[in-house]
Amino acid sequence: MSKDLNNGIPTDSEVILGILNNSESVLKRLYLAYFPMVLQLIINNNGDGDDAKDVYQEAIIILYNKVKTGDFELSSKLKTYIYSVCRRLWLKRLSQMNRYGGDIKDFEEYLSVDDETEKNNERDIQFNKMGNALDLLGEPCKTIIEDFYINNRSMQEICESFGYTNADNAKTQKYKCLQRLKKLFFQQK
Amino acid sequence: MSDNQLLEVIEKYLNGEMTIEERAKFEVLRNESVDINDKITEHRNFTFLVKQYGERLELEKRLNAIHNEIDVHALEDELKIHPSWIIQLWRNHHSKISVAASIAIFAVLCTLFFTGYLSSREYNYLQLGDKINKISKKTDQLSNKINNLNPHPKVDNPGNFKGTGFAISSNGYIVTGYHVIKDNDSVHVQSFDGKSYKAKVVYTEPLADVAVLQITDPSFVNLSAIPYSFKKAESDIGENVFTIGYPSNAMVLGPGYLTASTGFKGDSLQYQVSIPVNPGNSGGPLLDSKGNLIGIITAKETNVEGAHFAIKSNYLLNAIQNIPADSLNKALNLNTKNTLAGLSLKQQYKKLQSFIFMVKVYNQ
Repeated sequence: MSKDLNNGIPTDSEVILGILNNSESVLKRLYLAYFPMVLQLIINNNGDGDDAKDVYQEAIIILYNKVKTGDFELSSKLKTYIYSVCRRLWLKRLSQMNRYGGDIKDFEEYLSVDDETEKNNERDIQFNKMGNALDLLGEPCKTIIEDFYINNRSMQEICESFGYTNADNAKTQKYKCLQRLKKLFFQQK
Repeated sequence: MSDNQLLEVIEKYLNGEMTIEERAKFEVLRNESVDINDKITEHRNFTFLVKQYGERLELEKRLNAIHNEIDVHALEDELKIHPSWIIQLWRNHHSKISVAASIAIFAVLCTLFFTGYLSSREYNYLQLGDKINKISKKTDQLSNKINNLNPHPKVDNPGNFKGTGFAISSNGYIVTGYHVIKDNDSVHVQSFDGKSYKAKVVYTEPLADVAVLQITDPSFVNLSAIPYSFKKAESDIGENVFTIGYPSNAMVLGPGYLTASTGFKGDSLQYQVSIPVNPGNSGGPLLDSKGNLIGIITAKETNVEGAHFAIKSNYLLNAIQNIPADSLNKALNLNTKNTLAGLSLKQQYKKLQSFIFMVKVYNQ
C-alpha cells in the first residue's frame, strides 16, 4: 500500500477501476492528487480550508456514486471534471452565503456540470432526513437498524450482542424500530 | 396478518429466502392487492436508502481519514495568492498609517503657519524675482565686457607648435621654416598686436627648410609697404646681424654676429650665427644692420653652445621663384626698396615689428 501511495497521481482509468473495486489506496491517491488544486480554488475565492474540504469531498462523492452506478462517462480529463464540479459547488455555496462578488479567480479550465450537482443535492436532502430520523430513533433501535440494514449482520448475531433471549423478540423489536424510523423519516419536510 | 408479520414476509420475499411454493403464493397475493404491491416497493426503496445512507457515512469516514493526513495549513500558505507586501501593509495597518499621515500633515501646516512661511511667501517670490533680474543684468554686462575686450571672434589660442614668420609682401604672404609648419592640420599667424589670422600653406621647399604661407583670413587688412629688401649676395663673416621672433609669447629681439658662411657640418645653404635663439625663433628673419634680409633662422645645433644656423636669403629667393604661378591667387611682388638703412636698431625694431608674426600650428 505504501508503494501505491508513492505512485502519486493515479491515471484516470486507474481511478475508475479502483472505485469499482473498492480500492482504498486508489481512493487515497485520488484524494491526495487533486485536493491542492481545489484548495487553491477555494482559498483564493473567499473560502477557507474547511470549505475546501467540504466541497472537495462532495465532488469526490459525486464522482464515486456516478462510477458505482455505472453512468460515468469520462468525456474530459478527470482533473478537469473534478475542478468543474468543485467550482460549480463553490459558486452555489458562495451565492447562498451572499459572499459571491460576481467573479471567480480560476486556475484550471472547466466544463459546465449543472445537472450532476442538482441530482446530488436531492440525494443529500434525503440523507440528511435519514440522519435526523436515525438520531431521533434513539438506542437500541438505531444500532439494530444500522447493524441489520447497513452492516448486513444476521438476526442471530444481533440477538446475541443485545442479549435477547428469543430471536422472535429481536425480530419484533427490529420491525417496530423500522416502522418508527419510516414514520420519523416521512414526517420531516 | 399484522404489519410486522407482513414486513417479515416482504423481507423474505425481497431477500429471496422463500421456497418456490411460498413465492408463487405470495406473488399471486401481490398481483391481487395493490396495497401489498405498494408496500413491497416502499419497503424496498426505504431499506435501499438506509443502506445507501450507511455507505455514504462509511465513505465520508474514509475520506475524512485521508483528509486528516494532509497538512492543510502548509498547503494553504503555499497556494494562497499573496498580495504584494505594500497592499498587505496597508490592509494590516491602514488605520495607523492614516492617523500618522494626518498628524504629519497637521504638524507641517502648524509649523508653516507659526513660522510665518505661509504669509511671507509672496514677498520671498518678489525678492527672488528681483535677484534673478539683477543677476541677468550682470550677466549681460559681463558678456558686453567680453565682447568689448575681444572684437575679433578668434581668441588667441596657444597652438601646438610655435615658430616665427615674416611678411614678404604687404598682401599677406609670409615666409617661415618648413619644419615649423610640417604635418600641420591648420596654421594661424598672430601679429604683434595680438590679432590672429588663419593662413594656408602655399608652397614648401623641405630641402631648404622654407615654407610660404598666405593669410586667407577675411579680417586681414593689407600691411604697409615692406621695409626690408632681400639681399642676393652672401654677407661677410663678422657682420652685425639681428633677428626678431617669438621664442615666448612676446616678441624678442636677438642681436648677434654672422660667425661662419657654412652651416651645420659644412652645409653651404646656411650661415652660422651667434645669436641667442630658442626654438620659437625658427622661421624668423635674419637681418643685417642696414635692414637687408640675409636669411631665415632655421635650427639650433644641440651640442654646441652659441651655434645657430640660418638659411641664406638667395635660397629663399630661389624658393619664391619656384612657386608655381597657379598656387598664387594674389600677386607676390618682392620689395626692393629698403627703408631701414641708416636707422638705429631701436627704430628698425619699431618699424619691423608689424611684419613679424607668430606662426601657430595645430596638429593632432
